[in-house]
Amino acid sequence: MAMPVSETTHAPPAPRRSFLHENPSVLWFMACLGLFTLIVSVLSEGMGTGAISTSLVKILGMTLCLCLIAIAMDLVWGYCGILSLGHFAFFGLGGYAIGMWLMYARAEIVVRDNLAAGTIPPTETEVAEAVAAQIFGVVGSSELPLIWSFAGSLPFQLAMVVLVPGLLALVFGWLAFRSRVTGVYLSILTQAMTLALSLYLFQNDTGLRGNNGLAGLQNIPGFLDVPQSVLSVWFFWASAAALGAGYLFFAWVVSGKFGSVIRAIRDNETRVRFLGYNVEGYKLFVFTLTAVISGIAGALYYPQAGIINPAEIAPIASIYLAVWVAIGGRGRLYGAVIGAAAVSLLSSWLTGGGAPNIDLGFYRIVWTDWWLVLLGLGFVLVTLFFPRGIGGLFDYLVRKKP
Amino acid sequence: MTTLLEVSDVSVTFDGFRAINELSFAIGQPELRAVIGPNGAGKTTFMDIVTGKTRPDTGRVLWGERQVDLLRLSESQIARTGIGRKFQKPTVFEEQSVRENLAMALANRRGPLSVLTWKATSRDRARIDELAEETGLAERLDHRAGDLSHGQKQWLEIGMLLAQEPRLLLVDEPAAGMTPAEREHTTDLLKSAARSRAVMVIEHDMEFIRRLECRVTVLHEGAVLAEGSLDHVTRNQQVIDVYLGR
Repeated sequence: MAMPVSETTHAPPAPRRSFLHENPSVLWFMACLGLFTLIVSVLSEGMGTGAISTSLVKILGMTLCLCLIAIAMDLVWGYCGILSLGHFAFFGLGGYAIGMWLMYARAEIVVRDNLAAGTIPPTETEVAEAVAAQIFGVVGSSELPLIWSFAGSLPFQLAMVVLVPGLLALVFGWLAFRSRVTGVYLSILTQAMTLALSLYLFQNDTGLRGNNGLAGLQNIPGFLDVPQSVLSVWFFWASAAALGAGYLFFAWVVSGKFGSVIRAIRDNETRVRFLGYNVEGYKLFVFTLTAVISGIAGALYYPQAGIINPAEIAPIASIYLAVWVAIGGRGRLYGAVIGAAAVSLLSSWLTGGGAPNIDLGFYRIVWTDWWLVLLGLGFVLVTLFFPRGIGGLFDYLVRKKP
Repeated sequence: MTTLLEVSDVSVTFDGFRAINELSFAIGQPELRAVIGPNGAGKTTFMDIVTGKTRPDTGRVLWGERQVDLLRLSESQIARTGIGRKFQKPTVFEEQSVRENLAMALANRRGPLSVLTWKATSRDRARIDELAEETGLAERLDHRAGDLSHGQKQWLEIGMLLAQEPRLLLVDEPAAGMTPAEREHTTDLLKSAARSRAVMVIEHDMEFIRRLECRVTVLHEGAVLAEGSLDHVTRNQQVIDVYLGR
């Protein structure tokens, strides 16, 4: 009954095709990202004609960071099937980690300048005390908390950007996946995690300035005399580079057998176990990897935002993240980028007062109030009519060969 | 022939219902064995225990020459020691191509990092081609598994099972929903697999079992009722009473 096999099926495998050749969408994405970066640079205030204001450059740079966490979300949810509603916690932790250095190093410069006016050169203890008072005066303390011990070291805080989200994800994921918590229960657990972290950080005595959060992050120590218009373009470039690198990396991760296994886990994890794969190990790997990338995205985002506080990692933020990916189309990386960019830009346009309110005669639609309704409606409509999201529309343009 | 799997005095109870009742069973390598029994006899639960999906309340399950205690291993560890399982309902990964399905099942290293950096060697590619040909799927290697016919999905799953290079194959109702021609091909596949391995087939279809020409174990109420050639067990009065006579 075995079908007659023609000689052609045994022809030597097609010549090695490069990774980009096999994934044309990656090349398209890189081209679009490069073009976008070029246009924004040329039109920016700091580097070009000034058609795009510095604040808009910052918003666009921040949007790129949101796109980066969105592709991380797509990997963990769209490909691996873990609906994590807590990835913004990792994003925020990355922001806090870099924010500590930004605040500390800048406070140190200010303090040294002030003390230098005195006749006697200040001792190191005096400097440290003055820095602590400068940063923590707002929460009524002048002691430097233990977690700030190495805040003056950029390499240390950069390591924390990666290690803190990574370790939290590793421990949380290990506990959750080992007990085989799946589906909606896992989503609820991740919500609980981000809520608990946010509530904890709201307290004044946690050493991260409570609800004041960390501020003044747009001032980069060492570059204090560089105008914001130029700094904003630098950060925009850094965000674009990070998104590009993240996209390439994730596209490589999902293109091979690893992608095959995690999609299989999404579709039927029991079956994957009987193939001999340690499903929990894979989930933990993906969860931790995406948490680390989220931390990096956060570390690039908050210097552009200028401020981070515990409200940033409230549960709703992570839910928005899932909504972006769903609207953009999960299970495809460019879908996540489209969703995050479209929804977050639309959101800042509508809620930032940029959009004209609509007067219906009997009622005035004020977008700041109606934006969430619009978003909710959009989410429901996409889920009902375009389950593959906006990114799914590309399937109509490009017919995949069988 | 040496004993490969030895199950002794295993019992399992679900909410007061005794699904498996002091069951003892052994299979050697190579061997082809059919397991039959009426609905609720505990056939699938028995497979669940061997593959680690269900933990028995009492009893022992020993594996291989070194008498490894399977009850202490997880599902994926059991699969890696060399037990492959085919489910009653064909469960292949429908969104992925036949090639991807087979590649996942190949007996390569299964850790996340080795899989991340995995590249198909010429040996892997040859093995995939060989399996595809054996299961009659050579022409469909790059098709979505979801587009295969029911029978082809069953074969793909058997192909995946063989790709794992297990020493013991547990096959649950492989011929369900197949045309007579497809059944014949399936019989051939199982018989050829059993030349070097242990193969245990759960089946309802007597005609199919007759074609396997192998030793038969009859399960009833979670225990072995009779064992022997098909003719031997079908003459057994108890077997006739509980199963065949109805």
